[in-house]
Amino acid sequence: MTTTGKADVPLTIAGRAFGSRLLVGTGKFPSSRAMQGALQASGTEIVTVALRRVDLEDSQDSILGAVDTGRYLLLPNTSGARTAEEAVRLARLARAAGCEPWVKLEITPDPHYLLPDPVETLKAAEILVREGFVVLPYINADPVLARRLEDIGTATVMPLGAPIGSNRGVKTRELIEIIIEKANVPVVVDAGLGAPSHAAEAMEMGADAVLVNTAIAVAGDPRAMARAFKKGV
Amino acid sequence: MSFADVIRTYRGKDVAAEIGHRSRADVERALAAPAPGLDDLLSLLSPAAGAFLEEMAQRAHRLTVQRFGRVMGMFAPLYLSNVCTNRCVYCGFNAAYTSLARVTLTPEKAAREGAALRALGFRSVLLLTGEAPHIVTDRYLKQVLELLRPRFTSIGIEMFPMTVQRYRELIGQGVDSLTVFQETYDEARYGRFHPAGRKGDYRWRLETPERGGAAGFRRVGIGPLLGLSDWRVEGFFVALHASYLLKNYWQSQITVSFPRLCSAAGGFAPPAPVGDRDLVQLICGLRLVLPDVGFTLSTRESPLLRDHLIPLGITVMSAGSRTEPGGYAHASGGGAQFTVADGRSPGAVAEVLRRRGYEPVWKEWDAALAS
Repeated sequence: MTTTGKADVPLTIAGRAFGSRLLVGTGKFPSSRAMQGALQASGTEIVTVALRRVDLEDSQDSILGAVDTGRYLLLPNTSGARTAEEAVRLARLARAAGCEPWVKLEITPDPHYLLPDPVETLKAAEILVREGFVVLPYINADPVLARRLEDIGTATVMPLGAPIGSNRGVKTRELIEIIIEKANVPVVVDAGLGAPSHAAEAMEMGADAVLVNTAIAVAGDPRAMARAFKKGV
Repeated sequence: MSFADVIRTYRGKDVAAEIGHRSRADVERALAAPAPGLDDLLSLLSPAAGAFLEEMAQRAHRLTVQRFGRVMGMFAPLYLSNVCTNRCVYCGFNAAYTSLARVTLTPEKAAREGAALRALGFRSVLLLTGEAPHIVTDRYLKQVLELLRPRFTSIGIEMFPMTVQRYRELIGQGVDSLTVFQETYDEARYGRFHPAGRKGDYRWRLETPERGGAAGFRRVGIGPLLGLSDWRVEGFFVALHASYLLKNYWQSQITVSFPRLCSAAGGFAPPAPVGDRDLVQLICGLRLVLPDVGFTLSTRESPLLRDHLIPLGITVMSAGSRTEPGGYAHASGGGAQFTVADGRSPGAVAEVLRRRGYEPVWKEWDAALAS
């Protein structure tokens, strides 16, 4: 008997299918060119961009200009927001500027470890879902919060493997296992994955996808690292 | 407990002697620690650590890239006024210098300076004044901020210390970061360098960053003025100060600057000069102990040194700076606070960054995030 693995079927988020289960972030790269090379090598179809870094009014913006929206879904994120109010304001601005109504919800009142605020995240998710956004919330690996978010209608949950940028791997393994067991929406392991083997581990645990940024962006050869992550996933 | 109370617990302790006694073995132990702490910092700032500079630099580089990426935040200072009531012996704005051309930009002139900076690519600006609340009034600052806010996504201030209430008002008017240098943490020396004016009050100044944290600034910047006192000791106390702020104002990003005294109007000679090698040791030592803190570098330093410091822990830098009010858009500005050593244009600095594998970041904030 053969079984179909996750790798053989597309990742579906809010009814939209994606051929790759690797999402890639655009921060920390040494140049737009290095970023473009890495995106291409990763095979990703979802690219997340920090709204605080882009100039939505400037069509020449270096980051927006570097992401081919014909090829990738541009997923704006609210990094830098400390409260639900700020995150909602950013998401609305992005939509008003012509971005698709998808948002990676990040609310991190602590600027050092960038850990997500569960209370504000839940509040902002409620508002954004009601306003018709496809919401992908970045959360701590908290199974109850994951269910609460799913219940209000988020399109995924994105628990962290370890603090952002730490490259430490799936340190929250046991809690992510519970999230995966209980979830009816895709579980995307976000943050902390430092090596392709970490990405493979998350996928083996049953995660639907992973999001990687720092490990690729700060690698000596971002393109080669992106290719390696593609294989890991 | 305020930081003034924390630093008081060090009275009677000879930090300089402790640093001087640290051995090679102590340095090796500090470098072997997975997350070196303040006690390790004493070793990393010691003369013994001078022999480990290469190793410290490599580790500082790795930590900085890991945490902040291969990017450099770019900002420019905008001097609004050089009128000052203080008599800081090292400063070009010293009230005693009667020959200095004193200028306070009108809000309209400040807006033209802002437009010139915006045209150079800057979206992040630092507004500076001397201590002259009778001229740099609440109403004046409100007018300036109204004109500058649409042009910039981040506005910081480096002015005279204010109250929490006043800081809250400024945050409401669009300011997101506060910079205030203690100049020196040595209270006795502090008194000698600041003989007159409100700035003579050591404690009022020392507690300014915490008032900024309490008011809710997103970023709070601190730093010693290098050259006034033993840099090794100052390095320890600025780290102690940063650690205090990180613990008590956990929602503010803390940054540390490394202004080194250079020639100012009046020709003050630094009593405790800091060499280039010393500066590198200080930056790297602090990076190993404060991996999450932003480090700022100004144009006080030479192009050669700045280029070499890029990978060693610096996360934010200014470029093309003018330190006289009106310096960007007006032919006859006022007198300058200090001489800029790196006179390269922002575009030229950005090019150097790119060549060295760093992306210059002009916008890392959004007005939508302003409270």
